[in-house]
Amino acid sequence: MAYTILIRAMASGGTTTVETLVKHPMDSGFVKGKDGKIIPGHYIEVIEFAHNGNIILTGYWGPAISKNPFSKFSFKGGKLGDTISVSWVDNKGEHTSTSAKIM
Amino acid sequence: MRVLFVVLGMLLIAPLVQAAPPSVAVEPAADLKAFRTNFRSQFPDLLLNGYVNGPYNFSKSERTQWNQIMEFPPYEFALQEGKELFETKFPDGKSYASCFPNGGIGIAQTYPKFDAISSKVATLGIALNECRDAHGMQPLNLTKGPPAAIETYMVHTSRGKPIDVTIPDDPRALAAYEAGKEYFYSRRGQLNFSCASCHVQAAGKRLRGDVLAPALGIAAIFPIYRSKWGDMGTLVRRFIGCNKKVNAQPVKADSARYRNLAYFLTYMSNGLPMAAPGARP
Repeated sequence: MAYTILIRAMASGGTTTVETLVKHPMDSGFVKGKDGKIIPGHYIEVIEFAHNGNIILTGYWGPAISKNPFSKFSFKGGKLGDTISVSWVDNKGEHTSTSAKIM
Repeated sequence: MRVLFVVLGMLLIAPLVQAAPPSVAVEPAADLKAFRTNFRSQFPDLLLNGYVNGPYNFSKSERTQWNQIMEFPPYEFALQEGKELFETKFPDGKSYASCFPNGGIGIAQTYPKFDAISSKVATLGIALNECRDAHGMQPLNLTKGPPAAIETYMVHTSRGKPIDVTIPDDPRALAAYEAGKEYFYSRRGQLNFSCASCHVQAAGKRLRGDVLAPALGIAAIFPIYRSKWGDMGTLVRRFIGCNKKVNAQPVKADSARYRNLAYFLTYMSNGLPMAAPGARP
């Protein structure tokens, strides 16, 4: 499965705002499929955001987060051209990461 | 004497023989004008082009939530997937671009079209399946999944273009249009609602937790990412859903009923700008 992460980071007035849309089924493990069987849990467990290599936010997600999660946060610092990277690992051990420059 | 009886007999049965109903001229252009006038007099402050934003014209909270979700449009993934699928070559070396004018780019606003050869209305989804068929491939689902993603990409290339559905002066095309119009205004299902009951008479009002979109402009935003589905869906997907909602029996996605309804409904939004793909609650 192609795990896309869409990321946008914008700096203004000394603060950087980072928005991401993470493609992931985020199956909780509580939902039954059309065949009546439980769809196994498949969800991101840990997601990390870094600025120029330094971790600025760690998210401990889990089955309560719904499909294709959108997240938005701000931090003091960051300037045009800096790198914001994001990576996650899920309960099946799958992982993806991507990065973008601050606009 | 016998002649008299025969004449009397004929006079008696004459009223029982039904005369053919007088033919009513089918005038789509006049219908379009009346359709628009009805809504514009209902909502005098609403700009014509604004109708494509449906329920967001009537609910501040829905509009705010829409602006928030559009920071990262929820159809982005389908758009990327759709573009890839659209550009993937068929086993015989051709691709979808070879089946459409201008390679399929910026032409979605002309659908549905009346196909003079098959005598049927072809929606964009049906045209995609016909393309697949012409190149020896199986048809795909008309309501969701990869074909909806391809449609998502194609309509995106038509963003902003005025809807331009043609109803040729062909009795078959006019009959299809008229059938769609009749369907739109006919009551059905256990709840006995017609499309017009909600989307004309109750447009802008609440239906349980939702705000009803006016039928004018409603075809301009499909396929949509519907938060309720957590997924993309085509106009036909919604037709089937609406049928179920009024406890009416839905029919197959490629049936004439839905094709003709799409023909009528999209024509009623002619001139309005394509705002697809859309995002709805």
